Amino acid sequence: MTSPHTTPAGAGSVAVDHPLLEVEDLFVEFHTRDGVASAINGVSFTLEERETLAILGESGSGKSVTAQAIMGILDMPPAKIPRGQIRYRGNDLLTMADKSRRAIRGPEISMIFQDALSSLNPVFPVGWQIAEMFRKHRGMNRRDSLDEAVRLMERVQIPAAKERVRSYPHQFSGGMRQRIMIAMAIALNPRVLIADEPTTALDVTVQAQIMALLQEIQDEEGMGLILITHDLGVVADVADRIAVMYAGRIVESSDVLPLYAKPAHPYTKGLIESIPQLEDKGKELFAIKGLPPSLLRMPPACKFHPRCTRAVEVCRTDDPELREVEPGRFSRCHFAEEVLGE
Amino acid sequence: MSEVVLRAEGLKKHYPIKDGVVRRTVGHVKAVDGVSFDLKAGETLGVVGESGCGKSTLGRLLMRLEDPTEGSVYFGDRDIYQAGRSEMRRLRREIQIVFQDPYTSLNPRKTVGAIIGEPFDIHKDAVPKMGRKKRVQELMEMVGLSPEHINRYPHQFSGGQRQRIGIARGIALNPKVLICDEPVSALDVSVQAQVINVMERLQDELGLAYVFIAHDLAVVRHISDRVAVMYLGKIAEIGTDEEIYDRSTHPYTRALLSAVPVPDPTLRGERQQITLTGDVPSPANPPAGCRFHTRCWRAEAICGVEEPELIERADIGGMHHSACHFVEDVMISNSRS
Ligand SMILES: Nc1ncnc2c1ncn2[C@@H]1O[C@H](COP(=O)(O)OP(=O)(O)OP(=O)(O)O)[C@@H](O)[C@H]1O
Ligand SMILES: Nc1ncnc2c1ncn2[C@@H]1O[C@H](COP(=O)(O)OP(=O)(O)OP(=O)(O)O)[C@@H](O)[C@H]1O
Ligand code: SF4
Ligand SMILES: [Mg+2]
Ligand SMILES: [Mg+2]
Repeated sequence: MTSPHTTPAGAGSVAVDHPLLEVEDLFVEFHTRDGVASAINGVSFTLEERETLAILGESGSGKSVTAQAIMGILDMPPAKIPRGQIRYRGNDLLTMADKSRRAIRGPEISMIFQDALSSLNPVFPVGWQIAEMFRKHRGMNRRDSLDEAVRLMERVQIPAAKERVRSYPHQFSGGMRQRIMIAMAIALNPRVLIADEPTTALDVTVQAQIMALLQEIQDEEGMGLILITHDLGVVADVADRIAVMYAGRIVESSDVLPLYAKPAHPYTKGLIESIPQLEDKGKELFAIKGLPPSLLRMPPACKFHPRCTRAVEVCRTDDPELREVEPGRFSRCHFAEEVLGE
Repeated sequence: MSEVVLRAEGLKKHYPIKDGVVRRTVGHVKAVDGVSFDLKAGETLGVVGESGCGKSTLGRLLMRLEDPTEGSVYFGDRDIYQAGRSEMRRLRREIQIVFQDPYTSLNPRKTVGAIIGEPFDIHKDAVPKMGRKKRVQELMEMVGLSPEHINRYPHQFSGGQRQRIGIARGIALNPKVLICDEPVSALDVSVQAQVINVMERLQDELGLAYVFIAHDLAVVRHISDRVAVMYLGKIAEIGTDEEIYDRSTHPYTRALLSAVPVPDPTLRGERQQITLTGDVPSPANPPAGCRFHTRCWRAEAICGVEEPELIERADIGGMHHSACHFVEDVMISNSRS
């Protein structure tokens, strides 16, 4: 299924050599009563067509804020983007004219939200909510837009879609509502899809159905997918590349296979080791000591040093850069080579 | 290790569904619908199953936070539902619970010391008043919290630390059984491991038996001696961790296990996934026959008619019970994959 893909007005000519999406040196801070919280501190990554990039990190590490900055849905204030670029096919969304921006965010870059189950409007029929996208962005009439809605509901495997197009959100199960959110996110044929924890609230058997559906859609449409998750299992199943976030920065990024085989950052290594393994039954689990830092009280230099088993003086005084330690592998650790060699 | 401390027999909990206007009962949600098992001293029984299958309801029944529609729970040889008030209060010292949500299960206006010491308000003879603070600090140390923080409030602690506060309160009276309803589900991976380690250490030190309710199958395997798999209010299969994870004989268990993403990208595409179609049916109206037959990949005509019993089957041996008409076939397909 392909539909006419138009270049957004004013976005300039599409130069072939620009990546689909580039985030460069992005900073986001929140101005709160208690002070300035630096939620994102210099995040950069690139997403190509057909690529699945997983952003992995624990609660509060800045995954959703990164996604919200790309989508332009951060509340400003309290949020502020003091630095950085977010380029879609080479054009910076943060500085472009409102009109062009609106033609990209939504139609070209769309998102499935973390709290999807509550983000459908309870007072409108589901089909009507999907159809609205076509009325608003494609100027379709009522009838055609509803037909399109049914087609999309079928596409995401809602049984008896024709009969259910007039049903309300509460009449669907959690898994079905999540599929409806996917339907809305792909309605306008986006080139970039951001899925923020799309399966976290779902049971494993339903989670497997949803991930299979997302992958099938991506295979057919060839869009770039940013998958936000904290589940190392899900990442292993679907991602091409992975960016691991800690305290608002990327601490490691790599193709998926080498990262699991040999992590290049102590945090990633700790995460992988703290997953219960069959053969370790009865043994104590490896646990990363301590807790993630508070945004308002960030440790100096390496943000991971208070929890790191190999931290030495330099980690407390010098902030490590994100360095390429092997082709395509980046780590923000002074001792990345040694971690890799372990 | 073989003495049974807690036994559930034919437990059922049916919640009435009221009609909106006249409040007439129009049906029942069969949240727990005939559950039996033994829990031995010092062992961990994991309980897994998808959302709404009745895990939390079972947990509440086991410590009589609710009365069942039918069935019994024996602590030793005493049916806890037959116990009068003062006897029940004594029994409560032996069976305690830790709740899922570390963010809402602690009173925000009480200090940590007061929260952990709560059980001593009810059981005044458990520790002499003078020794209370000392005992609370001991408990804090046992779960890896710093005793100097005794006067802090819950919001000053992280999720993992709050879960430890809940555990400290749960073990305050030296119970024999601790029911843990999703004790680590709300925690990040790196913190989850810390809490699991604390729980395992406490079990060794105190000889506690755990009923460990969770939906993370890897975590359950790590901590459990035996595992019960629930589907729509019933146990579909129960056995040792190896029997369930390596030699499961129920199609639902097989599907559940195959759906869990494995954190190893080299296995991508090689794992045999059993994709279940359809949604979990409503517990108000469970399918006739085998409850799983509407989603089962092995079902035949008989499954829609006759309910398979959860019984010991000579051919699969021991205490490995499975409620499926085709246990043998599932077992064979298991060894092939
Ligand atoms: N509106 C806001 N005001 C102040 N701080 C905020 C706001 N939104 C987010 N933050 C902070 O920014 C940090 C990053 O939050 P974010 O939601 O991106 O985390 P996350 O990685 O998505 O975590 P989770 O896995 O829990 O979804 C957190 O510390 C959060 O408290
Ligand atoms: N007090 C109640 N009144 C009516 N129905 C209830 C009540 N408590 C639970 N139920 C229903 O009983 C069923 C089982 O619920 P329960 O909370 O035990 O499931 P669970 O296995 O713990 O699910 P989860 O994994 O989501 O925590 C559900 O359908 C639920 O809606
Ligand atoms: S820089 Fe030092 S503290 Fe930071 S991760 Fe590397 S070894 Fe650990
Ligand atoms: Mg988030
Ligand atoms: Mg529950």
